[in-house]
Amino acid sequence: MPDWRPEIARRLASFHLDPNHEAAVISELAQHLDQHYLDLLIKGTTEQAAYQAVMAGLDKGEVLGELRRHIERRQGSRRLPSSSPSSIASGATFAQLAAEFLNLETFVQDLRYGLRALRQSPGFAAIAILTIALGMGATTAIFSVVDATLLRPLPFPHPERLVSIEDDLPGTGAQDVGMSQPEWEDLQQSGIFENVSPTWFDENNLTGADRPARVPILIVAPNYFVLLGVKPQLGRTFNPQDHSPGLIPEVVISDGLWKRDFGSDPHVLDKSIRMDTDLYRIVGVMPPRFDAPGRNGEERNIEIWASTNFYGLPMPDHPPRNRRNLPTAVARLKDGVTLEEAQSRLDALVASLERAFPADYPQQSGWRVRVVPLKQVLVGNVRQSLILLLAAVTLVLLIACVNVANLLLARASIRTREIAIRQALGAGQPRLVRQLLTESLSLSVMGGIAGMALLFCTKNLLLRMVPENLPRLNAISINWTILGFAAACSLLAGMIFGLAPARHASRLDVNQALKLGGRSVTASGEQAHTRRLLVITEFALSMVLVISASLLLRSFWKLLNAQLGFNPENVVTVRTRLPYPNDPKIDKYPTPAQQSPFIRELLRRGQTLSGVQAVAMGDTESIPLDESQRELNIIVEGQFFFSIEGRDVQSDHPLFAEYSRVTPEYFQLLGIPLLRGRFFNDSDNDKAPQVAVVNEAFAQTYFPNQNPIGQAFKSTKPNSSWIRVVGVIANARTASLAQANVPLIYRDLYQTGAKHLAIFLRGKIDTGTILERLREQIESVDSTLPVFGAQTLQQTVAASLSERRFSMRMVALFALTALLLAALGIYGVISYIVSERTHEFGLRLALGADRESILRLVLREGLALALTGTSLGIAAGLLVSRAMASVLYGVKASDPLAFAAGALCLLGIAVIACLVPAWRATRVDPMLALRDA
Amino acid sequence: MKKLNELKKGSAELLILSLVEARARHGYEVAKMIDQRSAGELSFNAASLYPLLYRLEDRGWIEGRWVEKANQRRRRYYRATVAGRKVLREQRSAWKTFVASVNRIIGADYA
Repeated sequence: MPDWRPEIARRLASFHLDPNHEAAVISELAQHLDQHYLDLLIKGTTEQAAYQAVMAGLDKGEVLGELRRHIERRQGSRRLPSSSPSSIASGATFAQLAAEFLNLETFVQDLRYGLRALRQSPGFAAIAILTIALGMGATTAIFSVVDATLLRPLPFPHPERLVSIEDDLPGTGAQDVGMSQPEWEDLQQSGIFENVSPTWFDENNLTGADRPARVPILIVAPNYFVLLGVKPQLGRTFNPQDHSPGLIPEVVISDGLWKRDFGSDPHVLDKSIRMDTDLYRIVGVMPPRFDAPGRNGEERNIEIWASTNFYGLPMPDHPPRNRRNLPTAVARLKDGVTLEEAQSRLDALVASLERAFPADYPQQSGWRVRVVPLKQVLVGNVRQSLILLLAAVTLVLLIACVNVANLLLARASIRTREIAIRQALGAGQPRLVRQLLTESLSLSVMGGIAGMALLFCTKNLLLRMVPENLPRLNAISINWTILGFAAACSLLAGMIFGLAPARHASRLDVNQALKLGGRSVTASGEQAHTRRLLVITEFALSMVLVISASLLLRSFWKLLNAQLGFNPENVVTVRTRLPYPNDPKIDKYPTPAQQSPFIRELLRRGQTLSGVQAVAMGDTESIPLDESQRELNIIVEGQFFFSIEGRDVQSDHPLFAEYSRVTPEYFQLLGIPLLRGRFFNDSDNDKAPQVAVVNEAFAQTYFPNQNPIGQAFKSTKPNSSWIRVVGVIANARTASLAQANVPLIYRDLYQTGAKHLAIFLRGKIDTGTILERLREQIESVDSTLPVFGAQTLQQTVAASLSERRFSMRMVALFALTALLLAALGIYGVISYIVSERTHEFGLRLALGADRESILRLVLREGLALALTGTSLGIAAGLLVSRAMASVLYGVKASDPLAFAAGALCLLGIAVIACLVPAWRATRVDPMLALRDA
Repeated sequence: MKKLNELKKGSAELLILSLVEARARHGYEVAKMIDQRSAGELSFNAASLYPLLYRLEDRGWIEGRWVEKANQRRRRYYRATVAGRKVLREQRSAWKTFVASVNRIIGADYA
């Protein structure tokens, strides 16, 4: 007698029955088959034929359509499992659920079952995985940037104790004005901090190598590296006990400089270099991964550190208390001192100093000292953009989840019959729920992995899109935190969109489901409703993204096309720098009188270069829209406090404007027109009265109803002479692309002199060779001067937009992704609706409706959904755009063009996506449709 | 054959109930009796029969019990319950009415 049990067991296996029950069923069926087999043998059938006949009996017939759950026969209660609205919550206690979930062996079974099911619908699986991959990939990418920039602590020991110290004079409206040397000493001795070090960013001319170079340097107190807690890779750092005056003749160099200029020579220690003609001994080399804590790209690329105690030549021997020449300072809090505690102790210190030195701290200025966590200072300026991006990408992820939920629901409806059968056979609700959740979890895990793979492949491309001035750029990487985040996200997503179909499964009326075969009536109405809601949500969310993208795009476009007010075409800028030796007596270019001949010679030589039509020079502030200069806290330059002749000096509210120094040819070279008066000319030299040219904004701000020509103002610095206005030029966007009305003062370079110089060249110039050619010329005048930074003005203008461009590109990318997902979503729902209503369409066609009307019917359904979603999206968009108002330029937050464009876009996509299922609806064969009823 | 299956679906419960009305029978017995009494026109295989039995049992129309007879394996016997007999009476009368009505329309003679 063959043993039927394994075969029976195999067929029952996928129903996951309770083991006892299963054994009983197997036993009963086995007996039946035994008898059948025996009877066949008695009748004379061969053993083999009998075996086959019995096995056929196991498989034939509407097996699965008739099996019902056989419950509690011993107990005798006759409750049908789904006649009560038992949902997951009531049908199974939490303990039961948990017990089911944790059963590992059945979990593996579930997993295999789920994977097999997915393999059987490759189209669905592919779309779902792709959708999740897109959502997850985008979110993880942005999160990795946020992690590197905002979340990860600074790479120093106990980074939470590192702070930046900022001085404010709120009475004059000035913030972060810097501190004085005596104040530094007070802070160091206050007991609040372990160490305080002012930091002073500067550039120097490095000479002694084959050619002079301009290096970014940081001048710090000798305790700086001890403060940070960083050790060198070679040699040592500064000695914190060194209190000698002046610039201590020791430097620490960066790993980059060591490799470049010294070829990683291990004997580099005790070699000397010249910075601004002064000799310094190299005492240490920083390790390669040292991230100098800086607020911008320049500060993060420090190549040389020098130390001083900020008194003694070239600084004053006894620096006065009210001379705020130390622009920034970092400090480390003492162990155990909290930020709040430090701030209150600082406030007390400030109060006592104010009392002790009333002359230096006038009441009206309201001098305050703040401690700010260092990390905040370093990344604060990009926080807004990053948050914008994070918000946008979250929307994309949401849309992706909505899409997948939709897909899963559609699939669940097709599998209603299968689910009903399994419930009938005794699969408990917890088990069922877990099986469905396992399936969606495996989907989301696969999608997550696909997303990570996508990210790895596009990593380099994406990194290139990130603006260079993003702090901690090189800290962006895919590390375990990121992967952990991605894993958590995908699991969470899997749970969330697995719940919807599981919920629906538990609401099934099994009787109905089995009778109707493939379609469940009670659940479908509700399900279709949910799916419609999901699509509307998707459209609303997409609309928000599309609106944001349009607004940003329009802003950007307007900025790009803003009337510059100057002509950047065919202009190249090159920079050079005159040194500031520590001992002023050896300075070759101490005053404007010595600098002017050099400047004139440079202009003359520049003119001789082939292709050059016009030359001008200015200080580095005069380079329009040069962002790298804007961010540097180089003291003194670029900001001008002044008072106007004939007006009362209000010392607590000094007037303030941006200023630059230029040669007379500057304005014509850049094409900035003169409105009144005159440009500088040859009669303006360092012996003649000081003159200035101002722009219209300045004239309107400070001389509103007067003729500005002839008016005078002077700097608030002591012993300044009066400066007379001789000309007014038109406003130009040289300070900021977004603002045309920044008051600007221009002074004659020959009168003021400058050491950080820029050369402007207009003409058909080969940008590849211009640096070399100019360098040749400059070297023949003075071979110790570095020549660097060749850039076309067009490039400079474009670079000033880099952060905006990045935000815009990212949001646009997200919006496109959202559109794609929304299209997929509405396609799915409309397809489903069409397939549900095939019978109805067949009926209509059979009754004489023309195919066009079917098409219109379906399209109407789709458009209704899309319109509802879009309208909701417009409302939400209005709210969101108001939050975005600060980054917009030239467009209102409620810009109707952007909203209209977005709506049209979305509706257009909806129509296109609905066309395919609509067309399919018109191809229904009425006969087939009716027969399937 | 397909038509027969359609009809069979509707009357299966009636068939089974009637066979276990008088005395308890086990599954194979029921199948065999249906096969014999219909002269082979109607037959239920294992896969079709037991689900029906379980369903009827769930509804409380039949009850099943494991019975151990001497020298035999444990077997499951099914018998109509009080409720089941009531349903059987109703279904029988409904069936008779149905058959009569159909015959009148299609003009069939009584066998």
